[in-house]
Amino acid sequence: MSFRLSAQPLDPAALKASLADAHAGACVTFEGWVRNHNDGRPVLALDYEAYGALAEKEGARIIAEALEKFSVTRVVCVHRTGALKIGDLAVWIGVAAAHRGAAFDACRYLIDEVKVRVPVWKKERYADGSTEWVNCATRGEHPS
Amino acid sequence: MKTVRVQYFALLREQRGLSQETLSTAAPDAAALYAELRARHGFTLPPERLRAAVNGEFAAWPAPLKDGDEIVFIPPVAGG
Repeated sequence: MSFRLSAQPLDPAALKASLADAHAGACVTFEGWVRNHNDGRPVLALDYEAYGALAEKEGARIIAEALEKFSVTRVVCVHRTGALKIGDLAVWIGVAAAHRGAAFDACRYLIDEVKVRVPVWKKERYADGSTEWVNCATRGEHPS
Repeated sequence: MKTVRVQYFALLREQRGLSQETLSTAAPDAAALYAELRARHGFTLPPERLRAAVNGEFAAWPAPLKDGDEIVFIPPVAGG
């Protein structure tokens, strides 16, 4: 049962093996990949940055919530930090459960909550040379 | 006046040009400290787009600051 950050590439096979559990009849995994476009703009690469101490606390809280809400036996979630290229694995979530319904539901809950709550930021690098911190644009707003 | 440590991430780190700093402030709470720093450094994010964290945990904007606190202003997150 863990949430962690990794500055190194993720190994899905090893992560999946860490879920092995004789009580489990289902395993659902989610892989978030770096894609080559966002909001209609071609993306060349991404940088992920995290507030490590709080990211791991909030991630652990999300996992605790999933264990409370869904009948699952094991949960692992790892999020990358650092420079990633197109196709790289940015986040990996795996859930083991006795039955598939709870495993699907918990996996969906985990990725949805991680995306909106864990202090991780994504900077996109575009084909035209510009960059942007996703969700941080302040169009038409100026400091007072 | 109290002495606090501020850590910056993502857009705020770039706009400040620093990852962290120790500073003296009379700001009674995180909201006042952000207003002070925003005025000084021209941060573009308005406070309603941020959350505050004090000593490694999310904190309410009006929670009082004390000497030695570590403060982080959390820009809109974008994991996954």
